[in-house]
Amino acid sequence: MNKFTFRGGVHPPYNKITSNKKIEALPLPEVLYVPLSQHAGKPAKPLVKRGDVVKKGQKIGEADGFISANIHAPTSGKVKSIMEHPHPVFLENVPTVIIEADGDDTWFDGYGERKDWQERTREEIINDVKEAGIVGLGGAAFPSHVKLSPPPEKKIDTVIINGAECEPYLTADDRLMQERPEDMLWGARLIKRAVGAEKVYIAIEDNKPKAINSIQDALREFDDIELRVVKTKYPEGAEKQLIKALTGREVPRGGLPMDVGCLVHNAGTSIAIYEAVRFGKPLIERVLTLSGSGAQGKGNYLVRIGTQFSYIVGKTGGTSGDIKKVIMGGPMMGISQYSLDVPVIKGTSGILLFTSKEVKFHEPYPCIRCSRCVSVCPMGLLPLILVDLVKYGRLEIAKEQYGLLDCIECGSCAYICPSHIPHVQWIKYGKSELRRKK
Amino acid sequence: MKANERLFTISVSPHLTTEEDVKKIMWNTVISLIPPAAFGIYIFGLYSLLLIITSVVFSVLTEAVFLKARNKNWRQCFDGSAVITGILLALTLPPKFPLWGIAIGAAFAISFGKQIFGGIGQNIFNPALVGRAFLMAAFPVESTTWTAPKGVDTFTGATPLANWKFNHIMTPYKDLFLGNISGSLGETSVIAILIGGAFLLYKKYIDWRLPLSYVGTVFVLGGIFWLINPHKYPDPLFHILAGGLMLGAVYMITDMVTSPITPRGRVIYGIIAGVFVILIRLFAGYPEGVMFSILLVNMIRPWIDRAIKPNILGEVKK
Repeated sequence: MNKFTFRGGVHPPYNKITSNKKIEALPLPEVLYVPLSQHAGKPAKPLVKRGDVVKKGQKIGEADGFISANIHAPTSGKVKSIMEHPHPVFLENVPTVIIEADGDDTWFDGYGERKDWQERTREEIINDVKEAGIVGLGGAAFPSHVKLSPPPEKKIDTVIINGAECEPYLTADDRLMQERPEDMLWGARLIKRAVGAEKVYIAIEDNKPKAINSIQDALREFDDIELRVVKTKYPEGAEKQLIKALTGREVPRGGLPMDVGCLVHNAGTSIAIYEAVRFGKPLIERVLTLSGSGAQGKGNYLVRIGTQFSYIVGKTGGTSGDIKKVIMGGPMMGISQYSLDVPVIKGTSGILLFTSKEVKFHEPYPCIRCSRCVSVCPMGLLPLILVDLVKYGRLEIAKEQYGLLDCIECGSCAYICPSHIPHVQWIKYGKSELRRKK
Repeated sequence: MKANERLFTISVSPHLTTEEDVKKIMWNTVISLIPPAAFGIYIFGLYSLLLIITSVVFSVLTEAVFLKARNKNWRQCFDGSAVITGILLALTLPPKFPLWGIAIGAAFAISFGKQIFGGIGQNIFNPALVGRAFLMAAFPVESTTWTAPKGVDTFTGATPLANWKFNHIMTPYKDLFLGNISGSLGETSVIAILIGGAFLLYKKYIDWRLPLSYVGTVFVLGGIFWLINPHKYPDPLFHILAGGLMLGAVYMITDMVTSPITPRGRVIYGIIAGVFVILIRLFAGYPEGVMFSILLVNMIRPWIDRAIKPNILGEVKK
């Protein structure tokens, strides 16, 4: 089979140790912490107040504006309070609905299979997705209904379902493709209908032979969908790189995939969309990978949104060794946590517990201009120059001549750097300084 | 477990880094220098070893003194980069160069070739070649007094390039390739240098574009002149086998710090350097042009890096 790929990239140790671990549903915690901001865009407006009784799947936060997403109660119970609470992405505490579970886990009225789900129209699908509060489950958490509603002048002809899962350690999408291929393909078909695309590709990295087989088998019933095996290389699953690999099209600088007629959705998102359309099920749970040498119960778990990291770690056998770092997401782009008392949000693709085995501290050395950062940069940037420009405050030059804002922060440069220079940190700092000065 | 009593490390992603570091790169490069150095010692005698050791000791010493004076961690002098400079300087000098001379040269190379620019990674010129150029100016006689290898009976001890330029004697290719000829300590054996180069390529420490465009240009341009007048100009094979071209192509033009950062920039860089070699060898007073060709192109490098940038993904093609 022909393998597709992009220019640049790195090969970190993949450590997909949980690839054979079946998805396991964790028992329901007693208290859930549901932040009102779990997505790119504006936080949702709370619809409940302290003392309210809520049902599982009931909307408790209303999307504020177009680029925002609804928030739902992950189980039935009582709203204990709405207060500021630690969040895995934001540095400050953010408004969070704290729900005491009643243990019955009763669904809201109106949940259930729809007779006509296979025939839902474009508008209905987009509305279902919007109502269900679905966001990109790969990590960026961009509201999915927004991606499904491009302006009419942007014609989308190609839908790509991103099952590359190029981040080391993470296997949630891998397992979903192994265990629920039909659901994912149905999601893909619904997405295709929603945007009126002609082609649908499922992209999987070649280090997931079981997922590839499972999708291949399931594809017999889906002749409108094509499987595309991509090379195992980080960041193969980055949106622009994946589009380039599969279609040869380059998303213009500062543009969006729709500018080249493409739409990319994550494999997990595809299943969430399927569930929203078929059952009217809101996004109240997700599959995540718990891994890293510090995790006793390495595996893939189905957990409710709002479950504390500490609960998951505790329920799966606790920690082993001295935990040095806790990461939400993958090790290349994930966010390090200062506490385990943060909740799972919609974008939590993994929880990694790293000990001194994985966490090594390197004092940065002067750059020796080896240019490895240049050869691995999937965007064609010059990371070593960007770092210097940001360091000396020449942000306009960095932006205008060296594409500071084109950086996707994949971390390939900082990974490969023999001087261990934190390129991503400098670039993020440069971007934020640019925003501040505007 | 009370989670909030633990202290976790917070840092910006990525949370993984490669195992390779600057030290490893530098010391592996030192290893790659063993074949030409060992061959030089083998054919020119143990004095050559003394020359290399002196050069390395004074390079590292100078580095340490400067680091200390600049309030840096003086242990960085052991990162291997000063050792490379020391060995390279010795390899470019005549095998019987005076020890005190090379000590001065090494100190000059590190101080004026590297540390005054800000130390490792900041220098514009290849430090070893800065030292070499300084010695050539300061010790013109010692810098051009050649010795024949042990057991080889040549009447002048002149290098193949000098023999061609001044005595009109051509050295056989086989001798040029194997290296049993007179010349600088580490430049005579093409095969020894290629072994070191193969190791560097395998380690991905050097970009093949640099030596290839450099040597290729010398070959093509030298060939053109040879075709125009085969009696006056040497053939292209002689050009690439004789003198310091191979040593320069494998170990000097490939220097990470002083060469361009983009693949296209490197090709341009190699070509310009190759043109300099031919111009100097054929039309200047010196028989050898490698050292000056690299120093000159070092000077152009910032301009190349500013002019040649890779295409950013999604850039509108002009």
